[in-house]
Amino acid sequence: MGSFVPRIVAFCCDRSGYRAADMAGGLGISVPETIEVVRVPCAGRVDALHILRALESGADGVLIVACHRGNCRSLTGDLAVRARTEHVHEIMERIGLKRERLELCNLSVQDGPKFAETVRRKFEYLKELGPNPTR
Amino acid sequence: MIKAEQKPVDEILGFLDAYKRILLVGCNGCAAVCHAGGEREVAILAATLRMARKKLGQKLEILEETSPRQCEPEFVDALAGKTEDVEAILSIACGVGVQALAERFSEIPVYPGVNTMFMGKTVEPGVWVERCQACGNCVLHLTGGICPVTRCAKQLLNGPCGGSRDGVCEIDGETPCAWQAIYDRLKATGQLDRLELFVPAKRWGRESRDRGPRTIVRGDLKQ
Repeated sequence: MGSFVPRIVAFCCDRSGYRAADMAGGLGISVPETIEVVRVPCAGRVDALHILRALESGADGVLIVACHRGNCRSLTGDLAVRARTEHVHEIMERIGLKRERLELCNLSVQDGPKFAETVRRKFEYLKELGPNPTR
Repeated sequence: MIKAEQKPVDEILGFLDAYKRILLVGCNGCAAVCHAGGEREVAILAATLRMARKKLGQKLEILEETSPRQCEPEFVDALAGKTEDVEAILSIACGVGVQALAERFSEIPVYPGVNTMFMGKTVEPGVWVERCQACGNCVLHLTGGICPVTRCAKQLLNGPCGGSRDGVCEIDGETPCAWQAIYDRLKATGQLDRLELFVPAKRWGRESRDRGPRTIVRGDLKQ
C-alpha cells in the first residue's frame, strides 16, 4: 500500500469551494497533486451520476465542496446536494464501497487554508483505506 | 402516470450473476417521469452494476439504451439491432415494458429492474401517491372527482364504513377517509344529491381481470 497515491475528484461550487481552492493556490498552500477540481455553478448541480462516474473512472474518493448551509446563492443547492450525497451513500453501501470515500463539506470563499486541510485529510484517509476496489 | 421504483441493487445483481454482457433498457415515458427508469437512471444503474461486478473481480459489459416508450411495438422493434451477443436484457420500464421486450425477444431472458407500483400523481418532487386502479368503470362523476376504489381502504362505493373517525380512516389514524373527502367535496360544489344515486357493485368479470387481460379495440384505428 506504500506506493498507493489516492486520486480525488473535488466538485467545487463556483461561489465557495472553487474560490477557496483558488485561494489556497494563491496562498501557496500545497495540496496533493492528484486532486482534480471540477468547477460547478452550484453544488446542487452535482448529480448522482457525476459522482458515480468519477468513482467508476478511477477516483478513490470524491469531495463535494458546497456553500455553508443557508448560504446558497441558488437558495437550496446545499440542501439538494446533501440529499443527493445521502442517496449515493446508500448506493455505495449496497455495492460494498465505503461511504466515507464520498464526502460533502461546506466552505466559504475565504476558506483557502481549510480547503487545503480538507483535501490533505481526505488524501491521508484514502491512503490508509486503499484503492477504490471498483475501478 | 404509472409509478415505479428501482429494485434493490443486490436483487438486480442476483438476476445477472451468470451474464457478462447485457442490454439495459430504460423508458422515456412514465418510468422516466418518476425517476425510476429514464435515460439518467439507466446511466446511474449501469455505473452501479459495473462497479459492483468489478469489486467482485468480474466483468459486466452493459449496453445502455433508452426507448421512447417500451410499450409501443415500433420502439421495441428499434431495439432489435442492439441485442447482438447480448445474454440478457434488464428493463427498467414498467411491467408493461418488461413484458413487451420479453414477447419481442423470445430467445433472450428479460429481467425487471424496477417494481411497478401504481398509477398516481406527483405530490411534490420525489413524492408520488396512488390515484387510479384502472377498475374499468369510472365513478368519479358521482364522487366529486375523488376515487373511492383507490382511496378507500375497503373500496366502498356508497359511503363510509364504521371505521371513519373525524375524517380519518381507521387503518392508521393518518389516512384521510375517502368518503369524508367525497362528502366535503360534493357539499362544497353543491352536488350532495349525487350521494343519493346508488352505485351498483362492480362487474369485476368485465371491469377487472377475472377473464384474463382486458383489451381495448378501436375499430377506427385498427389496421
